[in-house]
Amino acid sequence: MSTIAPVNQPTQPTGPEEGPATAVIKSWKVPIILGVFTVLGFLLMVVFGRSGTSTMVLSTSSDLIQLPDVLLPTLPTGIVISILLAGITGLSAWMVQTRRKVPLWLISVFAVLLLIGFLTWASADERIPVPGLLFGSLSLAVPLIFGALGGVISERVGVVNVAIEGQLLAGAFTSAIVASITQQPLLGLLAAMVAGVLVSFVLAAFAIKYFVDQVIVGVVLNVLVTGLTGFLFSELLAPNAATLNQPPKFERINIPLLSEIPIIGPVFFRQTLIVYIMYIAVAAVYFGIFHTKWGLRLRAVGEHPQAADTVGINVTGTRFWNVSLAGAVAGLGGAYFTLGSVGAFGKEMTAGAGFIALAAVIFGRWDPIRATLAALLFGFASNLQNVLSIIGSPVPSEFMLMLPYLVTIFAVAGLVGQSRGPAASGKPYIKS
Amino acid sequence: MSAAQQPTPTPAPAKSPEPAETSRWHNVFREITTGNAIISVLAVLLALLVGAVMIAFTNPNVQESAGYFFSRPGDMLSAAWDAVSGAYSALFQGSVYNFRRPSFADGIKPFTETLTYATPLIAAGLGVALGFRVGLFNIGGRGQMLIAATLGGWVAFALDLPAGIHLIAALVAGVLGGALWGGLVGLLKARTGAHEVITTIMLNYVAFYLVSFLLRDGFLKTPGSNNPKSPASKETAVFFDLLGPNYNLHFGFILVIAATVFTWWLLSRSNLGFKFRAVGENPNAAKVAGISVQRMYIYAMLFSGGLVGLAGINQVLGTTTSGFGAGIDSGIGFDAITVALLGRSKPWGVFAAGILFGAFKAGSFSMQAAEGVPIDIVLVVQSLIVLFIAAPPLVRAIFRLPAPGAPHRRPVPNVTQEVAAK
Repeated sequence: MSTIAPVNQPTQPTGPEEGPATAVIKSWKVPIILGVFTVLGFLLMVVFGRSGTSTMVLSTSSDLIQLPDVLLPTLPTGIVISILLAGITGLSAWMVQTRRKVPLWLISVFAVLLLIGFLTWASADERIPVPGLLFGSLSLAVPLIFGALGGVISERVGVVNVAIEGQLLAGAFTSAIVASITQQPLLGLLAAMVAGVLVSFVLAAFAIKYFVDQVIVGVVLNVLVTGLTGFLFSELLAPNAATLNQPPKFERINIPLLSEIPIIGPVFFRQTLIVYIMYIAVAAVYFGIFHTKWGLRLRAVGEHPQAADTVGINVTGTRFWNVSLAGAVAGLGGAYFTLGSVGAFGKEMTAGAGFIALAAVIFGRWDPIRATLAALLFGFASNLQNVLSIIGSPVPSEFMLMLPYLVTIFAVAGLVGQSRGPAASGKPYIKS
Repeated sequence: MSAAQQPTPTPAPAKSPEPAETSRWHNVFREITTGNAIISVLAVLLALLVGAVMIAFTNPNVQESAGYFFSRPGDMLSAAWDAVSGAYSALFQGSVYNFRRPSFADGIKPFTETLTYATPLIAAGLGVALGFRVGLFNIGGRGQMLIAATLGGWVAFALDLPAGIHLIAALVAGVLGGALWGGLVGLLKARTGAHEVITTIMLNYVAFYLVSFLLRDGFLKTPGSNNPKSPASKETAVFFDLLGPNYNLHFGFILVIAATVFTWWLLSRSNLGFKFRAVGENPNAAKVAGISVQRMYIYAMLFSGGLVGLAGINQVLGTTTSGFGAGIDSGIGFDAITVALLGRSKPWGVFAAGILFGAFKAGSFSMQAAEGVPIDIVLVVQSLIVLFIAAPPLVRAIFRLPAPGAPHRRPVPNVTQEVAAK
């Protein structure tokens, strides 16, 4: 019924990293994808290699411990990395040949190497501020992570959440107004959660009470929230910008000691309150879903509502309140736009972040940690383009902007493959 | 999504024994009030009502008179009435018939505008609806439209062909472009299992940046101009006007009618369409029946992308013939999802929904110009219409209509049954 819940095809072999080690079906997908990237990397870094030296700046000027800059000769680095990439590709091919599983860490190493190679190539005779690059990535990823967490909670309990975009936008709008009127960013944060919950209420009411297809409700809610916020923005916020649309932003808080760790400190521990809340939220959602009674019930309702109902779990109630919770989490992400990064509310300011978050949920296979990592990947890729456009990359900027999306397609097609969501996600539960 | 997929899973209340005699008129009345048509009409009314409340509350005159509401309540009510009726009559006059024009030919012009706006919405809506019927969610309308506009637009401005052939060549190039961009998604899903929601969203961005690059520095660039805009389509490729130069309505509308007929035929009458629907209803059952589910995904996305591509080429050859930028899709790819939902994924339903949304689009501009009501109100009304239509029990509850198959409100005395049993 739903188009989001993936089609179950039990006979289809899942990806090579899924099955138990004894029953690995030979799949050449991973070596082929790695091979393609190796060839591309070789072409870029060696055949079209650039001479010069790339400088990686590892410390900001305000750090206590100053790390020296890393100087990489561009062409030799490219050659070394190409050889390493080819080696990993060969290794993975050998592993598949001998019916072994290609471990995820090997693919991760490959990706990191390719990335370093690309950065080195792009920054010949330039300096790349590594902490700044990572800091910006995290900032761009914050709303995506909140949105993805909301998506994970909602889909795990069996309600497809396409309305993440609407929840983000509602959160951004409400937090801007409330924070501007009260001059209290914390109240704005609270209001954003309430707004997200309200959007969720509509989703939950239509999906759970009236059995409307959940994808339909989600899509329509996005349009509804876009229209509502756009209308109210033109009618109320734009004429009264000074009183209604000037929210105070959260101050950055440096965590003592932790913020002085080289590279990690400036990136992770010199952030605003919302980002710290995000760390807690990721951990809490992960722990909650997999290690508590609440999470067990939630997953039971999402996987097999009949069974859950049989043992006395209130399916409708569980779904309703967890979808509301998902809205609150996604609403926080919306508040980050107005109270954390941009400031004033603007029409359609979330600009499709909700859909990227949705992609992160599926990419992360409905797992809070993986979804967070996927969101970070999107954030990193978007910020990479920003940094490279400043130092003047030889690639046309449009292709740099395209890169994250292309990589996602490759990753989803080659490495993730058939992703299976919670079994009952998208299906209304009709108690008989 | 389709009506067949949505058996309106209202838990049917236990049927009470039918009363021995019911008036014929009563039955007719019940059929009208519980049918889909009345729900649709009521849904539109409800949505317009909510829109009216929003217009009234944000109107400055209403807010001013609300300050002294308790001394002179009539002022606020009349101000609200003025605001709402002004806005909605502007909406009507901008989309259906303008009474202020002297002749019928001028007065009907807004309706032709409505049809012009509806043209790409219907085409793209058909594409999305076709995807829905196969169980695929095509959010990639934007990318498919952009690629269609790129290929078709290039044929239209770069090649020199005789009139007619040029038009057909551009049309074919555009539809092919959309079909390829959509088919790519189907191929990825069939071969690797990549989820179409992810790939369509990602391909939207890829297409957008690709077109941006081509416009800035590629084969779409206008020579000697720094504006990221393509050259104008040649006269020989442009859709001709249906009603003469005074109206914007063009040949695209005929094409869209043809596309609707084609989609209807494909889904309801063809062998392939049967397989499509089988896969959409239950892929596992379809597989057991010997249908190649993977291949159906590819075909479905090819057709879906092709239909969305028709919307893209319509923009280049019909609406914006003076050269296009990267925003040529103007959000139609996303609007198409709502159109498909409102049309319940049925070709003629999509056609009607497209015309309704086209009317909103055409009217919203005159509403903004005449009454200063932001265009966004139309989005609110549109989404509410779809929400209400999707939830018939809600509309019935609001208007206190009887549910289909529900017992009569007048309690039937048990005695009748016992008498009958004797």
